[in-house]
Amino acid sequence: MDGLLAGDKRAAAKLISLIEDDEPEAGEALALVYPHTGHAQYVGFTGAPGVGKSSLINRLVREFRSRGKKVGVVAVDPTSPYSGGAVLGDRIRMADTGIDPGVFIRSMATRGHSGGLALATFDAVRVLDAMGMDLVLVETVGAGQSEVEIAGRAHTTVVVEMPLTGDVVQTMKAGILEIGDVYVVNKVDLADADTLVANLRFQIEERDGWTPPIVRTSALEDQRIDELADAVEKHRAFLESTGLWAKRETARARQEILENARRLLADRVRDGPQGPRFESLVQEVVRRDLDPQTAAARLLGSRGRGT
Amino acid sequence: MSEPEDSAEYEARLRKWEATSLKDALKALPERRKEFVTTSSRPVKRLYTPLDLRGKSHDERLGNPGEFPFTRGVHPTMYRGRLWTMRMFAGYGSADDTNRRFKYLIAHGETGLSVAFDMPTLYGYDTDAPEAKGEFGTCGVAVSSLEDMEILFRDIDPGQVSTSMTINAPADVTWAMYLGMAERRGVPLTQLRGTIQNDILKEYEAQKEWIYPPEASMRLVVDTFQFGAKSVPQWNTISISGYHIREAGATAGQELAFTLANGMEYVRWGMNRGLKVDDFAPRLSFFFNAHNDLFEEIAKYRAARRIWAREMRDTFGAKKPRSWLLRTHAQTAGVSLTAQQPEINIVRTTVQALAAILGGAQSLHTNSYDEAYQVPNEKAVRIALRTQQILAHESGVANTVDPLGGSYYLEALTDELEEEAYRYFDRIQEFGGVIASIRKGFIQQEIANSAYRYQREIEVKERTIVGVNDFVVDEQPEVEPLRVSEASLRGQLERLKRIRRSRDKTKWERALDALRKACEDEDTNTMPRILDAVRARATLGEVCDVMRRVFGVWEEPLLY
Amino acid sequence: MPKKIRVLVAKPGLDGHDRGAKVIARALRDAGMEVIYTGLRQTPEDIVEAAIQEDVDAIGLSCLSGAHMTLFPEVVKLLKKRKAGDIVVVGGGIIPEEDISKLKKAGIKNVFGPGTPLHDIVSFFQKSAQAKGE
Repeated sequence: MDGLLAGDKRAAAKLISLIEDDEPEAGEALALVYPHTGHAQYVGFTGAPGVGKSSLINRLVREFRSRGKKVGVVAVDPTSPYSGGAVLGDRIRMADTGIDPGVFIRSMATRGHSGGLALATFDAVRVLDAMGMDLVLVETVGAGQSEVEIAGRAHTTVVVEMPLTGDVVQTMKAGILEIGDVYVVNKVDLADADTLVANLRFQIEERDGWTPPIVRTSALEDQRIDELADAVEKHRAFLESTGLWAKRETARARQEILENARRLLADRVRDGPQGPRFESLVQEVVRRDLDPQTAAARLLGSRGRGT
Repeated sequence: MSEPEDSAEYEARLRKWEATSLKDALKALPERRKEFVTTSSRPVKRLYTPLDLRGKSHDERLGNPGEFPFTRGVHPTMYRGRLWTMRMFAGYGSADDTNRRFKYLIAHGETGLSVAFDMPTLYGYDTDAPEAKGEFGTCGVAVSSLEDMEILFRDIDPGQVSTSMTINAPADVTWAMYLGMAERRGVPLTQLRGTIQNDILKEYEAQKEWIYPPEASMRLVVDTFQFGAKSVPQWNTISISGYHIREAGATAGQELAFTLANGMEYVRWGMNRGLKVDDFAPRLSFFFNAHNDLFEEIAKYRAARRIWAREMRDTFGAKKPRSWLLRTHAQTAGVSLTAQQPEINIVRTTVQALAAILGGAQSLHTNSYDEAYQVPNEKAVRIALRTQQILAHESGVANTVDPLGGSYYLEALTDELEEEAYRYFDRIQEFGGVIASIRKGFIQQEIANSAYRYQREIEVKERTIVGVNDFVVDEQPEVEPLRVSEASLRGQLERLKRIRRSRDKTKWERALDALRKACEDEDTNTMPRILDAVRARATLGEVCDVMRRVFGVWEEPLLY
Repeated sequence: MPKKIRVLVAKPGLDGHDRGAKVIARALRDAGMEVIYTGLRQTPEDIVEAAIQEDVDAIGLSCLSGAHMTLFPEVVKLLKKRKAGDIVVVGGGIIPEEDISKLKKAGIKNVFGPGTPLHDIVSFFQKSAQAKGE
């Protein structure tokens, strides 16, 4: 623990593994870590595969480092549903920042969790927060409902798009236009971005007093990266000055407690002393003697009487 | 080819054979496998007959050697006029070490030189660069300076010998060093013969020895086309390669398709520069792999010539027959060599060399049996050279032109490979062209998929590799090691120090500055400035660093 | 659920011939492992730093250019320096017989030459991870 707080990378890495593997000590560890969190800005990156999130994050890391900030990165890749394995390749893009002492990069596989993040992702983010990072960038898988997961947990959500080549009109994914705090149009060197940018500007609305900026970037133009970094920093300043940071923290704490409660409850119901009772209720529901909702109420009700 | 008088009658006879003799034979002795496939997993029929060749005329398919579409060979007399060049890829350690190996090979009968460079050189780093640590001379010769080039060719007259240099991203600089070396010996550039590989597209796709991003690299390649056409007219300024694509795991069809697609991309870029196709196309050369499956390989070379001729004449509008010619170097497949029972690699190399010869290659390198361990030692490389000599002088295959032409199997395979190539051309087009395909990872993914499938076939013993998954012996192979000496490294480092210390600083600075300006201006040809820099004794790394700063460095898409 | 095995597959030095490394990455994935593929042109420092941050069980190094004697032992050395000597290091590529024993003495647990069945490589990583767990 001390090692972690002092910034020891091996300690941080081991802690993250504990959490990922859901070891019994993980819960304790997280409890110890939590008081030291709250300083870092969590920035989530969502966008379709191939849109360039990894390279963008790499350049952003370099930019923030040049501004004297410490940066953590958690990059998530999908676990193969067939083999249970994964190739985690986002790190390749970040090769030149990996050995910087003020940078920590962790690759994570979704391990069956649907939605673009791993269950352990934000716990890992917290570890990096406690370690002393000023920002923790989270890269989602990009498919499915990644953006929804990210938006609920991150302070700042960055949506990365790229213009399509050809005359196809781009239809925006539902929800994408509502959750981004910053929009990036990447790879502008490859195709005409004006239409996409215009489209975005037209459809993106102000939310809570913040108008999401649209930044154009490309691998060939490094200077746009500081615009992106500025936008991220401005958003943090905005959240803090308007009290939204605290507000979101509250909403998140509420959500997380409920989620944890749900998980604990489900575990106890399934695996605890009520286990056999659970199984017999399952059979009653299958036989249509009982509906699932009543069965759940009975379980909870009986638990209440039992304790 | 001789046709049975009546195709329908022949077909009837064939069906009868199938229903009687064949059926009985299969009943008595079933075939060894359910399906027979080539090295590329292409299914092979039991029998090929005239029926497989219906639909095209002899002239369409074969023609005559030395005439469009060149299926039968690039020259009317082929090896009866002149044998293929025996060009053994060589290089290790310092320029001095390699100079000795060159002389050894020449003394033993090789007829052309081929230079292998070490990793740092291939990536545009000097021996004393931090990136070069541990990599000096291990897989080729280190050439960091004009001086190194001079030592490399000590006692060898560039005016008399043709030299091929296998280098890509910094090929222009290395070529400038060769030209500078020849200049200092008083040999006019117009007399120089040779090749620089200079094929950057396949680097992005397969070998990964790139430096700058694609567009900048293509510009540099066209600079060499332009410069070569004007000033070094006998030089092949590119060797459009399929070898590496194949080694990375591609099938024969993919090797054929991606190589020719790359070739056509180079032609497009040359023409976009304003060069007349007939001015540079005759100096485009090719380099294919010579892999295990004898017939598939022979078919591949023939299909390549036919496709290229047609595209050059009909798509690109080239008028000179020399522009339609696909001249190729071949190398036996390195990836097929085993570390187990290494002597048997000699046999593999022989079969593969035979394929290249029957396929009509213009020059050939044969691998040595110890290459699964190291850069070849003297004895091994001599055997490899002798392999070519035995094929040339004892086997009789060089006595006639295109001996297998007309074989039903071969012609059917040639047709199949051609069709496969065109299907790939269409798909690449759909992706937006070669460079877009590279960016999107299409080509790399196709190659990786083939590599994985091939390995899986070996794992489940669907495919036999002698000595590896069958016919295995538990013995320690005896291979005489070849080591790069500490003294060679020291000498190289000292030479670099001396060069940096003793050159004219002002001249050097001015030359690099002029080079930078040339790089920044897309309309200026970089070659003359590279030559000046080299003459001002700038090192390879220094020249490449200027270019790295102007053009940036390429980042590849992840695929596996 | 059995613990996931995490492996780093890296190509140290300049050698860009990655056919083998990629095939192995895919095979390990198919065997249920999490493979961090660091790509080409990695220095020993890059590799060790990544191995530590990713908390891997093992590192697989691939080199075909003959630079293995310098690069592979350097990785082992740096791991020890960073107190991460428990991470198993193996190598593969074009490596003469003679060098294999030298590499083993320098701390490379195993060298998988050309033609090694994927199955053997996968088992090796599985067994190493198990041994560490005990």
